[in-house]
This record gives sequence, structure tokens and C-alpha cells, in this order.
Amino acid sequence: MARASSTSRKLTVTVFAWLVGLTLFFPVLWTVLTSFKTEAEAIADPPSLLFFNWTLENYVVVQERSNYFRYFWNSVLISVGSTVIGLIIAVPAAWAMAFVPSPRTRGILMWMLSTKMLPPVGVLIPIYLIFRDMNLLDTRTGLIIVMMLINLPIIVWMLYTYFKEIPGEILEAARMDGAQLRNEIIHVLTPMAIPGIASTMLLNVILAWNEAFWTLNLTAAKAAPLTAFIASYSSPEGLFYAKLSAASTMAIAPILILGWFSQKQLVRGLTFGAVK
Amino acid sequence: MGRITLDQITKSFGEAQVIPPLDLTIEDGEFVVFVGPSGCGKSTLLRLIAGLEDVTSGEIRIDGKPATDLPPAKRGLAMVFQSYALYPHMSVRKNIAFPLKMAKLPQEEINRKVENAAQVLNLSPYIDKRPGQLSGGQRQRVAIGRAIVREPAAFLFDEPLSNLDAALRVNMRAEISELHQQLSTTMIYVTHDQVEAMTMADKIVVLQAGVIEQVGSPLDLYNHPRNLFVAGFIGSPKMNFITGPEAAKHGAHTIGIRPEHLRTSKESGEWTGRVGLGEHLGSDTFLRVETEFGEMTVRTIGDFDARHGDTVYLTPDPARIHRFDESGLSIR
Ligand SMILES: Nc1ncnc2c1ncn2[C@@H]1O[C@H](COP(=O)(O)OP(=O)(O)O)[C@@H](O)[C@H]1O
Ligand SMILES: [Mg+2]
Repeated sequence: MARASSTSRKLTVTVFAWLVGLTLFFPVLWTVLTSFKTEAEAIADPPSLLFFNWTLENYVVVQERSNYFRYFWNSVLISVGSTVIGLIIAVPAAWAMAFVPSPRTRGILMWMLSTKMLPPVGVLIPIYLIFRDMNLLDTRTGLIIVMMLINLPIIVWMLYTYFKEIPGEILEAARMDGAQLRNEIIHVLTPMAIPGIASTMLLNVILAWNEAFWTLNLTAAKAAPLTAFIASYSSPEGLFYAKLSAASTMAIAPILILGWFSQKQLVRGLTFGAVK
Repeated sequence: MGRITLDQITKSFGEAQVIPPLDLTIEDGEFVVFVGPSGCGKSTLLRLIAGLEDVTSGEIRIDGKPATDLPPAKRGLAMVFQSYALYPHMSVRKNIAFPLKMAKLPQEEINRKVENAAQVLNLSPYIDKRPGQLSGGQRQRVAIGRAIVREPAAFLFDEPLSNLDAALRVNMRAEISELHQQLSTTMIYVTHDQVEAMTMADKIVVLQAGVIEQVGSPLDLYNHPRNLFVAGFIGSPKMNFITGPEAAKHGAHTIGIRPEHLRTSKESGEWTGRVGLGEHLGSDTFLRVETEFGEMTVRTIGDFDARHGDTVYLTPDPARIHRFDESGLSIR
């Protein structure tokens, strides 16, 4: 009896999980499929799912009209650059909070997280003006700085939870062994936290890659990443769904591939502390 | 060299004062054991010496030089932790080499010293393994190896054997004692186990609630405990205490007599009692005896044939009776 009920429960959970998964995945699948249709088929009613004339025409047009690789390269620089700089700042910060906590540490962590709850548009004008005055508008440097700053709370939080799992005695042993703070962090803490740092890095590259608000508002042409590349196809003078879909597919493909190959790391990163 | 002086040091965590003002001198080459019940501040005291905690007030000197404000790395001390605290991502070789690498020694010298330490501690077969692949005893040896390569002014041990099983513990105890004989470097060893303290120490420091109750050689503490706490803490099984008229006969508020200083007989003796629990080990016999003064533990050499409910007679060795006044201090 118990066996039967646990089997049916398993089944329910599995079906439910597949439903949720498919619901989440469907828009992506639809985008990819649409990118292979002609514009006419893309807006056909009722829509055709798989039985249409597959064409690569959209990709050709998109590549002709705009230089995909320039956007791609901007995306790579901005997401990787902001993550690496963020990590360099966050590792010592998380070290301090995890191993030398003060009564205010919790409060500082909460405060940092609370900045993520602010609607970004609330600080758009001041940041825009600062950027204009500092000549950072439409520069990769500017975007790297903004991306780094908006993701820093998440990086610090994630590293903090990883570092909390490392026994403080090992760092104390390093101190006794004559390691200065710098060596303690470089030779002992960082190698021990490599899995956590890798997950943090991945997640933040993805977040920065997908970020659209700041990238759209602070760039024009030179520093525009793939988000701007997609947006340039949703023009008001008529919607080209198929071309838009092709552009979107090209923009999300790299990150999907990255995510696919690192799913183990990512899952471990996102559930850290919950399992184990 | 490794002479360590603590001068009126105190330590508070927030409001709570864990170590009230404390003075102590540890001579060069001594094996000193801090012993006391759990939570009495042994680890805190050791960590103050190590520099892992800052003193709230007072001064620490190492070889006469002020060390109070020196970071751990600059004090020239090595520590072996209860959890071993090995670097899990490094091989045994790299673990042992780490302090030398931090000291920027030439690679050849590092190699030579690491090989040497591995030889001394029988670690050579495991030298390229990670700590995770080693047994508890082997890990312990690696931790000791990492400490000795630096040739520190003193070794600090914080309950290093408490994660090992009983048999291994006895072995490692002997090994650490032997190491001390070989190196004759100052060692400070923290434990809550008075047997470890008695067997290893040149000098025992008995702590209770951050206060030094007595400092002395093992036999000094055994023969002349300064107060009730030390009398009860040192020695196994525990000393028996009697208060009331029987103590008054000896001009004391409390008298204490160790289980091994009570002569047991089935025919006659000073005190009468009834046997409760008996432990017959062959080499010794431990009996719990219910007397008019309460339950007493006695120890006799060899087997003593007494069963539950038997009547036995106990006679204390008069020269071995410890007398204490009302405040618990020993009367000499
Ligand atoms: N970092 C700390 N913060 C607050 N209290 C502490 C800290 N470390 C130790 N204590 C307190 O100090 C007392 C002594 O602890 P400890 O030195 O670890 O004892 P022992 O090693 O003798 O068991 C305990 O009451 C403990 O709760
Ligand atoms: Mg302790």
C-alpha cells in the first residue's frame, strides 16, 4: 500500500515538474521555431508548430543588417568583466563577513540585499547624469561598472554562504603557519571555495548577459551588447517576428550553451546550503 | 628558545569576562598542560598566546620581547588544532611545506625539511595523498609535521587527541611525549583529560572558570592539591570527600582520601561499609562502598573477592589524608 501510494506520488510530482519545465521552456522553443519561419508563417493564424517551410533566410538578413559579433563581443566583455571585478571586490568582503563577523554584519548583508529591491528606474536619472558628466555613456567601461555594482550584492551573498561552510580553524592554521592575510585568501580560502566561486561566477555572467534595463538605457551604438541587438529588431515601423526571433535566438544561444555545459555547477550553486 | 610570560592578561567576550587577570610563566623547553573542565577557558588562553584572539588587557612576552600586539604569524609559535585543520586541497607534502613556503625558504631546503619530517612521523608512504584520504591518526601526524618543520619557539596543542579512538590516543600521547624529548622545545598542551595531563606534563596548570587553581608538577598536584577543586579533579577515580564529625576529628572541615589510599579488608578496619557496584579488572578492583559518610570508591591491587551486599572494612592511610578548611583550601 505504502509502495503504491509513493509510486503514484512520484508520478504526480514528475508530471507536475514536466509541466512547469515545459511552460518555462515553451517561449524559448517558440522563439527558436519562429526564427526558422518566413515572416508570413510567423504571424499565421492558427500558428504552425513544426510543419512549415524551414528557412535560414532570417539569419542571413539579420547578419547582413547588423554586425552580430560586435554585439556578442560587447556582451562577453561586459558580463565577464563585471563578474571578475565583482569577485575581486567581493572575496575580501565576504571573507570579512564570514570570518570576522561583528554585531552589524547581518544588518550590512540585509542592507546590501535591499538595494536589489529598489526599482532600477528610480536611480536612472542620477546615474545617467553621472555617466554623462564622466563621459561614460555608451562605453564598455561604464557598463562594466554598472553591471558590477548591481550584481555585487548577489556575489557577496553567494560567496558569504559558501565561506560560512569553511571551518575557520583552517584559516587560523594558515595564520599560524605565517600566512599574511593576502596569502591566507589566495592560497587557502580561494582554492577551498573554488566550486562556490565558479557557481557564483556562472550565475553572474548569466545575470549580466541577460540584463537589459541598464544596457539599453546607457548605450547607443559603440558599447551595445546583445540585449540592444535584440531590441533593435522590435522597431515601431512594423514587427518582423521572424527576424526578431532569429536575433533573439542568436543572443540567447551562447548563454544557453554555457548553461547547458555547467548545469551541475549552477544547480549546486543555487541550492547551496539547502541540500547536503 | 621559547619562554612565554603572561602578565595580568584578561579576556572578555563582550560583557562576559572569560579570563580574569592571570599571571603565568612558561619556561623554555617545558611541557606545560592546561587542564580543566570544558568551558573553563583553556582554549581561549591558548588562543591568546597564539595571537588568534587579542587580549582585553595585560601583556604577553615571548623570550622577553613584547608579543601582545604581534599577529600570529610573527610570534614564531606553531599550533595543532583539535580538528587538525589541514588544508584539504593540498597533498600531505604541500600541507607540511606550507609554513616554509610562507617563510619564503628556498625550494631545496623546503623539500629536504618536508622529507625529513615525513620520515620522522612515518608519513612517507602517504606524502602525495590528500588529507581526505588519511585516517584520523595519520591526519594528526600531518598536523604535527606541519608544526615541527617551522622549528617554532613553542608548540601549542588544543586537545589534539580528542578525535582519536582510545588505543590510538595512548600511542599518540607517547609519540608527542617522545617528540618533546627529541626537540626539547616548549610545548603547551590543552586537555580536559587529567590522565593526559598527568602522563605528559612537566608542569600542570589547573584552570577553573578562567582562574588558575594550581600550578605544579603532576605528583605535586597529586600529593599536595591546593584546594578541593584540584583534589577532586586530579586523580582517577576521584578522591573521596568526608565532611562533618569524622573530618572534625582530623581538625578539618572536609577530609579527602584517594581510593588507592584506603586499605580494604573483610575482617576489620576503621570504617564499615556495604559493597555496591564492583569492577573487577584482574589487575585492580574498584568497589563502590556505601558507608556511614556516604558512598566511597576504593581501589585494591589485584582481585579482591567481594560481591554486591558484602560487608567490608576500610582503613585510610593516615599519612595520605588531605585536610581542607571551610573555604576549601588545603590545610598543610
Ligand atoms: N568567540 C567567543 N565569543 C564568545 N564567547 C566565547 C568565545 N570563545 C569562547 N567563549 C566562551 O569562553 C568560555 C571558555 O571557552 P573555551 O576557552 O573554549 O573553553 P575550553 O577550551 O576550556 O573548553 C566559554 O564559556 C565560551 O562560551
Ligand atoms: Mg577548548
